[in-house]
Amino acid sequence: MSDILPTSAPPSVPAKKIAGFKPDLLMKENHNLCPGCGEPVALRKLLEAIEAVGAQERTIGVIGIGCYTSFGSGIDVDLVQALHGRAPSVATGVKRMRPETLVFTLQGDGDMVNEGLQEVIHTAARGESVTCVLLNNGVFGETGGHMTATTVLGQRTKNSLEGRDAGYHGYPILIGDLLAQLEGTAYAARGSVHDAASVMATGRMLRRALETQEKGLGFSFVEVLTMCPTGWFIPTAEGPDYLDKVMGSVHTVGELKRKAHD
Amino acid sequence: MGDVNDMAGTTSRGTVTIETERCKGCELCIPACPPDVLSMSTEVNEIGFRYPELRPGCTGCSACLLVCPDFVFEVYRYETPQQYEVTP
Repeated sequence: MSDILPTSAPPSVPAKKIAGFKPDLLMKENHNLCPGCGEPVALRKLLEAIEAVGAQERTIGVIGIGCYTSFGSGIDVDLVQALHGRAPSVATGVKRMRPETLVFTLQGDGDMVNEGLQEVIHTAARGESVTCVLLNNGVFGETGGHMTATTVLGQRTKNSLEGRDAGYHGYPILIGDLLAQLEGTAYAARGSVHDAASVMATGRMLRRALETQEKGLGFSFVEVLTMCPTGWFIPTAEGPDYLDKVMGSVHTVGELKRKAHD
Repeated sequence: MGDVNDMAGTTSRGTVTIETERCKGCELCIPACPPDVLSMSTEVNEIGFRYPELRPGCTGCSACLLVCPDFVFEVYRYETPQQYEVTP
């Protein structure tokens, strides 16, 4: 491999910068998340979507408890830290008091679907004009990688080492489909970050969800399937394939509900 | 300039800057690269991880940047494509 090109500095010949290291709303690139994690990828698209709708000066985020919480001090929008699963209810309060703001929540599957499932369901049923973003990796990543309510049947986690068994552990909750049934939900979609095309598609979903809120159509929800190779006991390079085949076969990717935009 | 496809691997329409010290060696960028010009190094960085290296043929599509969890890539597109002599 003698033909390796130098990549330590920007090119010296005329070239146009297509994209920078990090999204503009993220203040530092360094983070402590594991190799191969999908959450920073989803966070990049969320922050880019906020910029795309031009709301970076009037955005208030409500952030749950999980690995992604460590980004809380490094995101350049106003943030409120909520208790486990309570982010949609806190967001409701923020939006009702400050209706001119763009309010989003960022939660993991353990936070939203296990610890505070009723909060998001009632927020959707009331049709609150907030955007909830779920980073779904099927494990409690931050607290050691045990099973959550979205873990698919057969998936190995710390407390389902032989794979999730329906008779013993019950069936997974498909939260996106559940919320899409509610009348108050104006937009529901499920994206993934297992390859570049799906990351782009997820970015479009996040943008549409924020636009739904801007138009006041009702509750908007985007679920993003993310890799957690540490919690899945697989090499990082196999993460995207596992996400697509194992999780993606149950939590099917696509737009689940889209109320007519004007 | 002739057909770009005839010279695949020798012409770069774009390039990337790689912040190798921040890389955690997850290798997600290697299969994500459409022209397949990224490969993992044999050396390791200061925190002990192998990192991606670029060979000629980059198109500046930014697929590597999209899938990278550690914000390691910065993508540029050349105003005029760059030619490289490739040793077989």
